[in-house]
Amino acid sequence: MKVLVPIKRVIDYNVKVRVKPDNSDVDLANVKMAINPFCEIAVEEAVRLKEAGIATEVVAVSIGDKSCQEQLRTALALGADRAIQIDTSETLDALNIAKLLQKVVEEEAPQLVILGKQSIDSDNNQTGQMLAALTNMPQGTFASEVKVEDNKVKVTREIDGGLQTLLLDMPAVVTTDLRLNEPRYASLPNIMKAKRKPLAVKNAADFGIDLRPRTKLIKVTPPAERQAGIIVETIDELVEKLKNEAKVIS
Amino acid sequence: MSVLVYAEHDNKSLKAETLKTVAAAQAMGGDITLLVAGHQCQAVAEEAAKVNGVTKVLVADNAAYEHQLAENVSLLVVELASNYDHIVATALSIGKNFMPRVAALLDVAQISDIIAVESSDTFVRPIYAGNAIATVQSLDEKKVVTVRATGFDAVATDGNATIEAIDIVKDAGISTHVCDELTESERPDLGAARVVISGGRGMQNGDNFKLLEGIADKLGAAIGASRAAVDAGFVPNDMQVGQTGKIVAPDLYIAVGISGAIQHLAGMKDSKVIVAINKDPEAPIFQVADYGIVADLFDALPELESKL
Repeated sequence: MKVLVPIKRVIDYNVKVRVKPDNSDVDLANVKMAINPFCEIAVEEAVRLKEAGIATEVVAVSIGDKSCQEQLRTALALGADRAIQIDTSETLDALNIAKLLQKVVEEEAPQLVILGKQSIDSDNNQTGQMLAALTNMPQGTFASEVKVEDNKVKVTREIDGGLQTLLLDMPAVVTTDLRLNEPRYASLPNIMKAKRKPLAVKNAADFGIDLRPRTKLIKVTPPAERQAGIIVETIDELVEKLKNEAKVIS
Repeated sequence: MSVLVYAEHDNKSLKAETLKTVAAAQAMGGDITLLVAGHQCQAVAEEAAKVNGVTKVLVADNAAYEHQLAENVSLLVVELASNYDHIVATALSIGKNFMPRVAALLDVAQISDIIAVESSDTFVRPIYAGNAIATVQSLDEKKVVTVRATGFDAVATDGNATIEAIDIVKDAGISTHVCDELTESERPDLGAARVVISGGRGMQNGDNFKLLEGIADKLGAAIGASRAAVDAGFVPNDMQVGQTGKIVAPDLYIAVGISGAIQHLAGMKDSKVIVAINKDPEAPIFQVADYGIVADLFDALPELESKL
């Protein structure tokens, strides 16, 4: 069974984001970049399926310019077998990303596609579901547990108020939530080994897909700052303020 | 112009957030139709008919929609889509799950998690965990939008829309529901509660969350947690407030033993009044709190409970 893991290069989650002074976008110049944390969980899950003897091959794919090869190498160091970079310098809408991934799915014919539920930059939470729709696959989004059994995949999902378990025909799309697993650290020997694993580069324009933008970014602003309030000395004072000043309790 | 709003519900009652999503739909402009897809969901349809600003309620009541599986519900919405300029759902677990499928099948982009409507095609949404706010224009003819309910004020519920049953059955047949394990709680939903009290890593373990319960009972509050508390295994993930968990905006938010990581602030900083209880006076949570108290939570919580 082949598992395809699409991953995204994003700003490192520890870096504080700053908006450009002209409000055109956030400033990513000279900022540390990393594999999107939810995508890292996806890679880990795929590698665990391989270690458990369920998956036979793990293929990582990323869409972006040459710099995203760095994150593909990270995926290879974590245990993916080979990687595909789909080269483009454009920032693509999730729909267009999903269309490119659809082509990769058609070529690679994976039984399972595991993606992060959202990227921590655009926070869209769309690509997995869109890919599932375009390929007519069922989806198990926000997964906290994935079990492959009898050519089906059982996915436990994080939903409002608890958990939901679904049984999906394969091939299927799974998107990861935080608690699915804790990704390993790549060991130095594995990082060295990753450099020799195959990484194919394809040109996004060669897929023959209409990739015109579907959204236009008008402006990006910093969030409204909340003013710090006051420090109260005692619980009595706190209760009094909440009752009489803020009037939120009675 | 016309808007189709997907009603988020559990076959028994309408989620309160839907009232806020309808407010967002009103800002987009046009007649609003609410779609109730479920099974044995008549009570929801009747509730939906009372939502102000809604002209019509469509009810698709069929076993195929009982669990609102994304594969089935998306096909239903796509079938109805030709009559509407905007397709809108709440950014809760059902809406987040199926809406991108609808967008992809209609070959349009989705604008996720909007917090304001600038015009019928331009929307405001947080990006980078709320560290930046983007204004985005949809270039597609049809707009597929999910709404972060906390960005809007609920509409009233004294309306009188017509209810129309629709007989469209879409069963993709590629997924089945096995079970739900929902947290049984007498307390209000995190998303709908007027008061929320949340614990963080400072709670030290899951047992200590009991200290929050007495206060929650007295205030009719929901109990939440920071991601740190969830990651440490103190409480389940469905209690998580933050960018990767629930986004809440209650009248009163009490943060206990929570340092105030940006991830957490993104999930609660639109609350009307924020109270922080933390023993570290330098904790960033104090920079957003209206009232802060520098104290050991193990002293402060019992005292607070006794004085409410």
